[in-house]
Amino acid sequence: MSKTESEKEYWRWTESRYTNPDINWKDGDIISAGVDVGSVSTQAVIMVDGEIYCYSSMRTGSNSPDSATNAMDWALEGTGLTLDKIQYVVGTGYGRVNVPFAKRAITEIACHARGANFIYGPEIRTVLDMGGQDCKAIRCDNRGKVTAFLMNDKCAAGTGRGMEVFADLLQVHINDVGEMSLQVDKEPEPVSSTCVVFAKSEAVGLLRKGWPKEKVLAAYCSAMAHRIVTLLLRLGIEEKFAITGGIAKNIGVVKRIEEELKLKAPESSIDPQLAGAIGAALFAKALIEKEHKKA
Amino acid sequence: MTKANYGYKDGSGEYFITIDTDLCNSCGKCVEACPANVLEMAEDELDPLSDEIIAIVSEEHRKKIKYSCAPCKGGDLKKLPCVNACEVGALSHSW
Repeated sequence: MSKTESEKEYWRWTESRYTNPDINWKDGDIISAGVDVGSVSTQAVIMVDGEIYCYSSMRTGSNSPDSATNAMDWALEGTGLTLDKIQYVVGTGYGRVNVPFAKRAITEIACHARGANFIYGPEIRTVLDMGGQDCKAIRCDNRGKVTAFLMNDKCAAGTGRGMEVFADLLQVHINDVGEMSLQVDKEPEPVSSTCVVFAKSEAVGLLRKGWPKEKVLAAYCSAMAHRIVTLLLRLGIEEKFAITGGIAKNIGVVKRIEEELKLKAPESSIDPQLAGAIGAALFAKALIEKEHKKA
Repeated sequence: MTKANYGYKDGSGEYFITIDTDLCNSCGKCVEACPANVLEMAEDELDPLSDEIIAIVSEEHRKKIKYSCAPCKGGDLKKLPCVNACEVGALSHSW
């Protein structure tokens, strides 16, 4: 039986949307929203009085303004809430200046720190945001305010995009990559190149040598983890530390980072990929309150 | 102390300009001193709720500061025009 097109797209992660059944937006005083247009994924989060009301998470297309609008439309779908009722929208992420309905753009560094503070609590001091095309190490205080950051955005090594390439090469679904990479008896040498293109060539060589998929994935995940730990150590790590962004859902990378750092990252029921948009929505709320104060 | 690190690490080394945004007094002297226009005055990206204007490394240069800053390098690191211009010692280079 031949597989359908979408089954062959191993890199394709699941898009999602959610509405909080316990909140009625009509009862809220402050309705704020954050849209995080990343290089790979876009999230729109709508908050009522600082609590998550609804959200959507989908792929970023080739056009940032469209991605922002699509994500917003999908998040609002079926809620009865409309864009004009949202008092303040903050855009963040790679395409933050291309959110047509945003009043303001705020860097994703500030938003991820704020979002991690919301998701994992005020004890978080170090945030590692592992996005689609870059990764950032951020230090913050108990209010989620950034105190230091370091970003490695020059290439896509050690990012979600790299993971997509590997999922595709090995024909393992992206959601299963992390779990599969842990199914090795002995941890192999990490792939030596961090560059995605070089690492892919190296992986092809390893497959030819007869390495099973699990071992190749293990070698890649551990190279990724190691690269990120170096970034973190340069910035200096302070407990507790949390991981946000899409890679936070890859247990193969997360476990290896935890092992190298000898620290455990907390878990939450909130999707870590939403951190940027949550932070943006919280800033939007704070900016509304600031406007009210001035008035 | 709030440290904003701008730059990158690549195969040839680590290239970061660090600006302590708490120390920065918004005087803008580093911006004037930089011959390559690497620095600019802008809103504090790390603290969107503050209205302060501080020195940052411009978006345009963040991924190429190794080259942008090259004309000033080679001598005493303390004599870099931007570092020298900063009276509060908020600015430093990693290389």
